[in-house]
This record gives sequence, structure tokens and C-alpha cells, in this order.
Amino acid sequence: MNPFSSGTRLRDMIRAIRACKTAAEERAVVRKECATIRAAVSENDQDYRHRNLAKLMFIHMLGYPTHFGQMECLKSIASAGFPEKRIGYLGLMLLLDERQEVLMLVTNSLKQDLNHTNQYIVGLALCALGNICSAEMARDLAPEVERLLQFRDPNIRKKAALCSIRIIKKVPDLAENFISPAAALLKEKHHGVLITGVQLCTDLCKVSTEALDYFRKRCTEGLVKVLKDVVNSPYSPEYDMSGITDPFLHIRFLRLLRILGQGDADASDCMNDILAQVATKTEPNKNAGNAILYECVETIMSIEDNSGLRVLAINILGRFLSNRDNNIRYVALNMLMKAIAVDAQAVQRHRATILECVKDSDASIRKRALELIFLLVNESNVKPLTKELIDYLEVSDQEFKEDLTAKICSIVEKFSPEKQWYIDQMLKVLSEAGNFVKDEVWHALIVVISNAPDLHGYTVRALYRAVQTSGEQESLVRVAVWCIGEYGEMLVNNVGMLNIEEPITVTESDAVDVLEIAMKRHTSDITTRAMSLIALLKLSSRFPSCSQRVKEIIVQHKGGLVLELQQRSIEFNSIIERHQNIRPALVERMPVLDEATYSGKRAGSLPPTVSTSTGSSLNLPNGVAKPPAAPLVDLLDLTSDDAPAPSSSDGDFLQDLLGVDLAPIPSLSGTSQAPPSGTDVLLDLLSIGTPPPVQTNPSTPIISSPSQNSQTSVAPLERLSSLSSPLSTQVSSPAGASPIVDLLDGLSPSLSMPDNKAQESNFSGDNNGLVYPSIVAFQSGSLKMMFSFSKPPGNPQTTIIQATFTNMSSNVYTDFIFQAAVPKFVQLHLDPASSNSLPASGNGSVTQKFRVTNSQHGQKPLAMRIRIAYKVNGQDVLEQGQINKFPAGL
Amino acid sequence: MIHFVLLISRQGKVRLTKWYSLYSQKERSKVLRELSGDILSRGPKLCNFVEWRGYKVVYKRYASLYFCMCTNQEDNELEILEIIHHFVEILDRYFGSVCELDLIFNFHKAYYILDEILIAGELQESSKKTVARLIAAQDSLLETAEEQANTISNMIVQATKK
Repeated sequence: MNPFSSGTRLRDMIRAIRACKTAAEERAVVRKECATIRAAVSENDQDYRHRNLAKLMFIHMLGYPTHFGQMECLKSIASAGFPEKRIGYLGLMLLLDERQEVLMLVTNSLKQDLNHTNQYIVGLALCALGNICSAEMARDLAPEVERLLQFRDPNIRKKAALCSIRIIKKVPDLAENFISPAAALLKEKHHGVLITGVQLCTDLCKVSTEALDYFRKRCTEGLVKVLKDVVNSPYSPEYDMSGITDPFLHIRFLRLLRILGQGDADASDCMNDILAQVATKTEPNKNAGNAILYECVETIMSIEDNSGLRVLAINILGRFLSNRDNNIRYVALNMLMKAIAVDAQAVQRHRATILECVKDSDASIRKRALELIFLLVNESNVKPLTKELIDYLEVSDQEFKEDLTAKICSIVEKFSPEKQWYIDQMLKVLSEAGNFVKDEVWHALIVVISNAPDLHGYTVRALYRAVQTSGEQESLVRVAVWCIGEYGEMLVNNVGMLNIEEPITVTESDAVDVLEIAMKRHTSDITTRAMSLIALLKLSSRFPSCSQRVKEIIVQHKGGLVLELQQRSIEFNSIIERHQNIRPALVERMPVLDEATYSGKRAGSLPPTVSTSTGSSLNLPNGVAKPPAAPLVDLLDLTSDDAPAPSSSDGDFLQDLLGVDLAPIPSLSGTSQAPPSGTDVLLDLLSIGTPPPVQTNPSTPIISSPSQNSQTSVAPLERLSSLSSPLSTQVSSPAGASPIVDLLDGLSPSLSMPDNKAQESNFSGDNNGLVYPSIVAFQSGSLKMMFSFSKPPGNPQTTIIQATFTNMSSNVYTDFIFQAAVPKFVQLHLDPASSNSLPASGNGSVTQKFRVTNSQHGQKPLAMRIRIAYKVNGQDVLEQGQINKFPAGL
Repeated sequence: MIHFVLLISRQGKVRLTKWYSLYSQKERSKVLRELSGDILSRGPKLCNFVEWRGYKVVYKRYASLYFCMCTNQEDNELEILEIIHHFVEILDRYFGSVCELDLIFNFHKAYYILDEILIAGELQESSKKTVARLIAAQDSLLETAEEQANTISNMIVQATKK
């Protein structure tokens, strides 16, 4: 005898487990039991297999692994007796699922049991097959199940019918085999068979149109008749469910009729009477009756139009909606969602009641009602509905606020009749539940504000008020910070007052207060702080009286732990301290954000082209003409090379160009407004490889490009949350320019020596006796450019060129700028020019040094294209030329 | 279609689980965790439906036990409530005013009864009497088999003694 098999009985084990006080204790008991069962399994103990399987199921239910019992189930099923088979099949259904390969082993046992003489064993097999069969098993055993649909005992027929449902769901191809046996079941009297037969027909219709046609043509009338009998049958206690005779049967009939009637006028017509009868006669006091009514309403809504029936259905729903039972109200809301498609007007009538349901204490009902309201909103009712919803937002549960806010925002965006209303509603939502508002929503709000110039003042004042009371709502603060940064002066001066507004007195320092609070609040995240920092910079320029205070706030963050903020603080501080003259241009108001671009971006259809979009929006307001790109291409097309460009160190090149441009900043002293295309020319010079048709303005002196450049670099900065990116280098360039300026200040006297020859000799002295003759590189009517050359020792590829410009005319050339482009094999490094103004009548000159490195020294001669831009009496002049006659050996 | 049936005690202990749709063991325990949290925390006067992962879970509390059935969105929730009640009434009739302990110690019998009511997630029988009769018939088969076994084993025992 097996020493383990005398182990505890099932009841004792359950008791022992229940007596455990801790999880560890329970694990110990379970481990011990499992060990016993494993031992019994390996001993192939048959006496206690039954008990062990039962124990395993209990252990399984507690969540412990029991895979070692799977084979025991199969063995148990394979044994001859009913008790073993019963527990075996139960174990099979509990411990295994259709994915386990072990399941395939049971197919044969199932087949035998489906043909067993004991009908209870057949029942067990059908039940197991119905609950866990896989597609393969379905194919193997479908003929047996099909045959059992005609079994003598109705209890087997009903099990076979449900088993068939599983089979056709797993393998829809098998559906056609089941159509006619299923139709035969509809004529049965036994309720169980009828219920399962109708269900089988319903599922057949779902997987096979052939079945649908078949049942529609041959069975609709019969079904209507049977349902009529069922509805009119006398009360039968056997099928009683709280006073209603067999609601399950009613419901299944109604469901099948719905499928048959859908899209078929004849079939729909045929069932009208019985539907009307069910709808009017069913007792609505109990849940069972309401279940039937609910199903009936759905069928009426789904089948082909019959206005009389629909009125009946909508009335039932109205009654449901006013029911005190939450379940009934829930299904009414559910049903009304479907009814909208059929009769939106009728649903609108219940709007007030539905709105009440949004405020229900039950989360399931609230959710349903909110979705329904969302469908009910249209242009005509958006205002009152939104008001209701926003009012409710104030008192709703925290966990519901997220859903509610999302829906309100979506409604407001979709149906808003005018911008002011939109802004008003959004501000209310932001003040109530700003923390639940998604980023896209407040981004969109900023775009709308930016596009409503007449509402700027109104909005910034409203935001100022809102942020005083609801400062804890993050997104509200962000929008407010952005608007105060942009439209701060409108806040202070009450610009653009609307009639409905009351004037408020806000001092400049009050506005800065808001930003300072946002900056310092511990709950503010980095986005809010970064936005505040930018807004502060903007205000420092707009409110000169607060400039010092703003500077102090910014300085406080110079030591901040967040790198981004620290870097910005340092940069901004340097702008405030050292670049007073360019600051106003730097902190210009944002150009109007393009709504189309934004919405496109939101939809994900446009790639986020940061630079181009800001670039174009910057250019557009200034109305710059688009000259053909040809001159530029010419300028660059020096050799037969397709892409004549500096072959490397684009960045350096840019820096050089910037350096050149930045040098004259002091003399500019912020007087000239930046022509917008300056940067483009610069960028074009760089993007030589692919000369695109870019906007350039040839008559624009590039000299003023630094401020323009800074403007572009700040503009992306203002793009709300795009905090990272290469901006930092660009932004820092104005600050970084100061050393260059200093350097130049020191150098310019010596550089602007008029005596070329002296310099020439200087250079030649440095250059180991190698002397190249100076050339007149370019000469126009009044402008002369001399090149003198020298070579650094030990580097034959490199040539240092000193260009000397002389102005022979009687007018001073201002905003003078020289640009050069070289073929691909040459690198060019331009140093800043000595001055940006060229005295008249040859009384002095401008010099500019640059270094060229010819990577094919000795094989190809140097070549260069040049472009000189300057102003004469305020008139832009552009001169271009090509230099081929460099001395040999360069 | 009913995707699964759960019986959960008020303390969150699982008393019965029946899966008609495919859920791996891992998913099953996740479902149990999620749903018992969702359902047990709901107040008494609220509706009996919880929307969950695109399905609807219909639950009803009887004494200390929550009976939960998960169905498709488009199914008739009120009918599911009736199916739950049908099941409870049959259990009640079988055990004679059923309590949680009956279902703990005779969990397998609760499964047998459920298998007479639902197959493949669909209702099988609307007559409580028929279900009771079928269960009784199978139980009696069990008893006869046991009696037989007893007599045989008795005979063997006696035979080995001799």
C-alpha cells in the first residue's frame, strides 16, 4: 500500500489551508500536499486519484502551479467509471486551456465518450468539448457533435447545440454542416433545446451569410409563431424567473429575430406584431421583464424602419431613464447611444435627464451619460451643455475629472461658435481642472489666442485674474505665463478693452510677480519654469522699470540644478547685461502661430519642421519678395563640380560668417530693424550642396544679420516646450560675439593701415622669402579690391589673403560686407573685416583677412567668387565677381 | 457570450473561476486582481455593471459572495443578472440555503452545477428543476459506483485476510 495515499481527505486539506494565518503557512501546507500528490502521481496510484485531482483543483484555484496534475486528468478521463471521468473532465477544464499540447492527447478519449452508451458520460464529454476545444479538436470531433444534435435525450441535444457554437466559432468553415440540424432544433418544445437551438442559429448567422439567408427565408415565420406561443403561454413555475416565464427564451428569440430582420424589410415586417406585443405586454416591474423589454427595444431599433414601433421603443427608454434603479438607467443610456443613429431628435428630448446622469454618484452611469452627451452636442446646444458640464466640473470626483475635462475640451474645440467663447470656456476648464488638461489642448489654446489679435488684451487680463485664484493648475499657469510674456503691456495698459470687461489695475511689477511665483513654486515643473524664464526676458525689455528685478530673478537661477534652466539663465543674463541694443529685437512678440501647420502637426501628417515653419512665419509678415535663386547658384557654381561648397567644417564657416557679421554690432546700436532675409543668405551660402529656391533679397545688406539671426534663434526658443535642440549654440552666439568685438576693437587701428605695401612687406618677411605679387582682384566703377598673399611657414596648401577695399567714389559706403565662396576642394576661413564703413574718395580702406586651404595644391589653381554688399546714401548696392587670376603656386 | 465567471468573496478570495475564452494563467491572475479591486470597492447602491477593457462585467452580491460574469459590450446586462440569479437559485436548492462555506468545501459540486447551466459561455438550461434532476442523477451514479467499489474492496480486503 502506498504510504502517502492515506494522506488527508479533501475536506481536511481545505480546513488546514483555511486555518493558516499567514501566507507562508499556507504555502507550507500547499507544498506538503503537492509533494504527496506528486508522489502519488509517480506511483500511479489509482485509489486516490479522484481525491488528489480534487485537491489539485483547489490548490490551482488558490493560484499555485499544478501542471504536474495535467496528465492525471487525462488518465482519469481514460478510466472506465463515471466518477473518474467526471472529476477528470472537470480537472481538464480547470487545469488546462486550449493552448496546451496535452489537450491533443484527450481527443481520442473524447471521441469514445461522445459515442458512449451512458448519456451522462456523453454529456460530460460535450461539456468539456464545448468549454475548451481547440480548432483542431473542433475539426476532428465536429461529425460526432453534429450527430448528437439528433440524440434521443433532449439534455444531450442542448449540450451538443452549445458545443456546436464553440466549433463554428473556432472553425467557421464548418458552419454549413450545422445549418439544417440547427433549423430542426427550432421546432422543439423542450425549453433547454429551444434556447440552445436559437442561440446556435444566431451564432451561425454571425459566421455565415449562407446560414443567415437560409434562416431568414425558412424560419422567420416559424420563429415568430413560436415566440407568440411562448409569450402567450400560461404561467409555468418550472421556468419562472420572478414572475416571468422563461425570460431567457424570450431574449434569445428577440435576438435572433433582430439579426434576421436587420436589412430585410420582409422579415422585419413579419415580426412587427409580435415585437409590439412584447413591448406592450411585458411586465416592467422586475428585472427579468426589463431584460426582455431592453432586448425588444434593441431589436426594434435594429430592424427595418417602422415608425410606430420606434415611438414605442423610445418611450420605453424614456421610462427606463427615469427609473430609480441604476441598472435600468444604465441600460437606458446604453440604448440611447444606439438610438441616436435612428432618431437623434427623440434622444435630444431626454437631454436634461441625461445631463443629470452625468452627475450621478455611480461611475458606470456617469461614464455612459458623458459619452452620450458627447454625441448629443451640436452647434445649437453647445453653449448650454458646455456650461452645465463646466459647472459640474467644479464638484465632480477627482477621478472623473480627467474624462470630463477631455470631453469638454473636445466639445469646445469642435463646436465653438466664436473665438472669445472658446477662450472663455478653456480658461474656465483650465482654472477648474488645469492639471487634467492634456498638453495638446493648451497648445491649441495658445495657437487660437495668438490668432485672435483683438482678444490678446482681453485674454491676458482674464488669465491674470484666473491665475490669481487658481495658481495651482499647472496648464493654466503655463498659458498665463506665455500670454503675459507676449502681451504683458496689454495687461498693464488695459489695451483692447472689450465692452464686457471691467478695467483692472495691474502694475508692471504685478505682472512680474505672476512670473516670479510660477518660477519659484515648488510644484512647477521644468516646462513651466522655462516658459516663465522666457517670459521674464521678454518683460525685461517691455517693462524697463522692472528690468533690474527681472535680472535678479534670472540671476537666481544661474546656479540651478536643472541644466536647461541654468543655461538659459546665464544666456538671458548676458543678454540683459551686455546686449541692451539687440534685446528689443530678440524679444519681439511671437509671430502669429499658423493654425493650419499646428493642426496638421497635431494630426501627425506634417513632420515637425521647426526651422522652416518659424523661418517662413518670420518672413511672411515682412512681405519680402522672392527673387529668383539664380544669382546665388551662379555665385556658387565656380567649377564644373556639382556642389561647390566648403568641403568640411560647415560649422566653422558659419561661425566665421557670424563672426564677420557680428563685428559691427556696436556701430549698429540697434537702430536698424533687421531685414529678415539676412540669415537666409547666410544659410544659403552654407547649404550650397543643394541650392533650393530660397528667399533672398539681394539688395539687403547682410551686415545687419546678427540681430536677425538672434531673432530666429529666439523664435524657436519660444516654441513653448522645445527646450532642447541646437538652439543653445545659436542663442549663445550673440553673447559669444563680444570677445570678437573686443578683439576687433583692439585690432582695427592696426588693420586699417592704408599702406598696403608696408603690410605686404611685413607678410613677405614672415614667409621665408616666398613672395607672391599682389593683385587687383576686383574693380568696379568706384570700388577696388586688392589681394595680397602670404603663406604660413611649412604649410604650402594654405594661403593667407589680405583683402584691401578702397572706395573711389565721393560717397561713404556703409554696411559694407564682403562674402566669398570657393570650390569644393578649397577651404575658406574668413576673419572679420576691419570696419563696416568705407570712407569716400580713397581716404582710407577696409581690410579683411582670410585663409584659404587648397587641398589640391599644385594640381588645381585657386578660384573664388565674391560678393560685396554695401549702402550708398541708404541705397543697397550689390556687386559680384569671379577671381581666376590668382598668382601661380597658390 | 460570457467570457468568464468569477466568484469572489468580500475579502477578495477567489471561490470559483470558469473561463470560456482564452486567458493564460498570467492573464487570469491579472484579471482577478483588477476586477476584485474594481468590484469590491463599489458602493452598495450603484449599478451592477463595470466597464472593463472594452467588456462589461456584470456582478451581483449575494451575502458575502460576489458573482461576476464578463460579457461583450453589446450583450444584455439585465439578462446576465438573471443568469447569475438563476445559478444562485439552483445552488441554493442543491445545498439547501447555500452559504460561502458550502461553496468552499464543495467547490467541485459548484462547478458541476455551473456546467449544467453554461457551456461555451452560453446558457444551457432555463429550468431549475431540470438542472437539479440532472445533477441528482449524476450524483447517484457516483454513489452507486462508490458502493460498488466499497463492496469490491471489502471483498478484496476480506479475501486478502483469509
